[in-house]
Amino acid sequence: MSNLITGAKMLLECLSKEGVDCIFGYPGGVTLPFYDALYDHPIRHVLVRHEQNAAFAASGYAKATGRIGVCCATSGPGATNLVTGLVDALMDSVPIVALTGQVTSSLIGTDAFQEADTFGLTRSATKHNFMVKTLAELPQIIHEAFYLAASGRPGPVLVDIPKDIFMGRGHYEPVEAIHLPGYKILTEGHSGQIRRAAQMIFESERPIVYAGGGIILGNASNELKEVVELGDLPAVCTLMGLGGLPSSHPNFISMPGMHGSYAANMAMYNTDLIIALGVRFDDRVTGRLASFAPHARVIHVDIDPAEISKIRNADIPIVGDVKKVLQRLAKVMAELKAEGAGDAKREPRINWWKQVRGWKEEHPLEAPPRTPDEIKPQHLMQEIDRISGGKAIVTSDVGQHQMWSAQFIRFEGPRLWINSGGLGSMGYGLPSAIGAQFACPDKLVFAVVGDGGFQMSLPELATLVNYGLNVKIVVMNNGYLGMVRQWQELFYNNRMSSVTLDGFPQVELLAGAYGFKGRTVDKPSELRAALEEAVAENGPYLLNIKVTPFENVYPMVPAGGAINEMVLGPPRPVAVGD
Amino acid sequence: MLQIISILMENKPGALMRVTGLFAQRNYNIESLTVARTLDPALSRMTIVADVESRIRPQVIKQINKLVNVLQATDLTEAPSVARELVLLRIRAAMENRTAILKEAEIFGARVVDSSVDGFALEVTGDPEKLDEFISIMESYGDLQVTRSGLTAVSLEMKKLKLAPPVPTTGCAEIIAEATASA
Repeated sequence: MSNLITGAKMLLECLSKEGVDCIFGYPGGVTLPFYDALYDHPIRHVLVRHEQNAAFAASGYAKATGRIGVCCATSGPGATNLVTGLVDALMDSVPIVALTGQVTSSLIGTDAFQEADTFGLTRSATKHNFMVKTLAELPQIIHEAFYLAASGRPGPVLVDIPKDIFMGRGHYEPVEAIHLPGYKILTEGHSGQIRRAAQMIFESERPIVYAGGGIILGNASNELKEVVELGDLPAVCTLMGLGGLPSSHPNFISMPGMHGSYAANMAMYNTDLIIALGVRFDDRVTGRLASFAPHARVIHVDIDPAEISKIRNADIPIVGDVKKVLQRLAKVMAELKAEGAGDAKREPRINWWKQVRGWKEEHPLEAPPRTPDEIKPQHLMQEIDRISGGKAIVTSDVGQHQMWSAQFIRFEGPRLWINSGGLGSMGYGLPSAIGAQFACPDKLVFAVVGDGGFQMSLPELATLVNYGLNVKIVVMNNGYLGMVRQWQELFYNNRMSSVTLDGFPQVELLAGAYGFKGRTVDKPSELRAALEEAVAENGPYLLNIKVTPFENVYPMVPAGGAINEMVLGPPRPVAVGD
Repeated sequence: MLQIISILMENKPGALMRVTGLFAQRNYNIESLTVARTLDPALSRMTIVADVESRIRPQVIKQINKLVNVLQATDLTEAPSVARELVLLRIRAAMENRTAILKEAEIFGARVVDSSVDGFALEVTGDPEKLDEFISIMESYGDLQVTRSGLTAVSLEMKKLKLAPPVPTTGCAEIIAEATASA
């Protein structure tokens, strides 16, 4: 019986069929047979140093390309370590397939060595998960997993595979079709609703496009641009949607929300029509819901019907693929425009634009004045922005550095800004940069991280060296868990409880220990040259940028506040020990 | 307020866990749940009574429909439907009460499924309010042990079941090609 192959080989056949070129993973006891088969297989395995980072790297890979990121871990601790990365991918709708080993079928349920209930643990951490019970169903399940991960609203899918399935032998029959009768995706959008939406857009006096991560995930940047230009609509892009409309586009206002710009939030508050595209009215965007856009009607386009009217009732709900819906919307808008729609509202529209531009000029996103002795974090972001020119991939963790990156670094296209938006996972920046750099070896990749998050991803320095990845790590080092400290300052009487990050290593020694270059910069005069040196270096580079410790991110909508009631800057200088 | 949900789902491993997990995760309270196979042994029919604010009822249905193994979730709360529950009840009955108990049981359409010197075991079905009434009357006769099945319901409307068609395994490749083409 020559055409009997092992489950491990069958799995690799399926992965090849899905076009997988690399897997981020970490081997272990029960995945031994799989790793043995992988040993002389063309699919590349990237050995990370912690399973959580395998999931984050797969996420970075997926966000940078739109392809499916694949990660792999062994049973028990390997699988549990993946969980944060899976939930992160679930919150940001990132297509990931996670493969985990499980103890041999006959041992399941016996509390065997390295046994964990991965299937149960990851039920709510994934879009869907599978446990393979027989070798015969393995190929079918793998293809279902890939289809589920990539289609509809993307997300992480996990397949748990017991060791005996990897080792068993069987006939491999390539799977031609999969059938998931309960998995219905509506992509087209209702044509009547699309027409009504187009009419409502032309009838509105103060419209705003509220574009989110769905634009990036749905590859709808061009379509977004077309619709924005056809209607001459002001547009805000959420944290996940940055780059969906080029930052330099004249209709782009900026990011809305808790740390969004004054203009974006005022526009969102005063609008009479929200055109919501691939967004989910996150609490970080809406602030206090009762006072969010009180005068607005809502057109909501999303591929996930459950997002529509979940938080804010939609006047025109459109379930569909945002790319297809925008294509058709543009067509109808062009027709209506030719018939003179919108002429009646010319005057109010001009006034609306005047108002929006006025808000922009009144309170632009501005860095504080430069000082000769201290680097302001905003200036660091401006320098990175100058080098990037809107073209580099920038990854980040979560916190102050993330918000300043979003405010001050421009993104001229989609899939350049990669961060942990929904879950807000510290330690995401470096591993996701690894994934992005693998996916785009010719791109300049900055991992902009805080001193807190960076120390959560330290093990991956070895991965960088191991694979000669060119990632430029920029640690925005303020010596504190900055965002938590900011909240303690503003809402907890400046009682700085457990936010001091003393003991940060000397990066020259740290990077040196791994065999690459690191440099500490604390003078504004050296910042530009140091960044340029890092970029010029052929290989990874670790920059430790010491910035002023007590800078706060503004504007700020306090949690539970209304978005038109932003705190625009520090009320008064705050001295330590006050 | 109580919402009655009927769910048709594939009989796959973990199917029940996905539904109950969803309710726990989204902070929806389950009052009762019944589940059994349908004529097609590959499918199960589940009836859930949930205690949720009426404002979020559509959201509950949408979230259930998002589960990959769910073929259809329907809100029967205000739809034409019949809902019934089964009660199995044991009552300790003194000799002088036995006839009266049997009379009451007859009024409610309850059947005697066991009779002993200690008392009876009774079986009764009906809508939950009627059963509440029956139980409270029985309580006045003696000590009870009650097991309720939870509500099970059937829609009186013939709703066409919409299913996703099979997709070729190149489905993913197409999605990815689209992604990389515009990148």
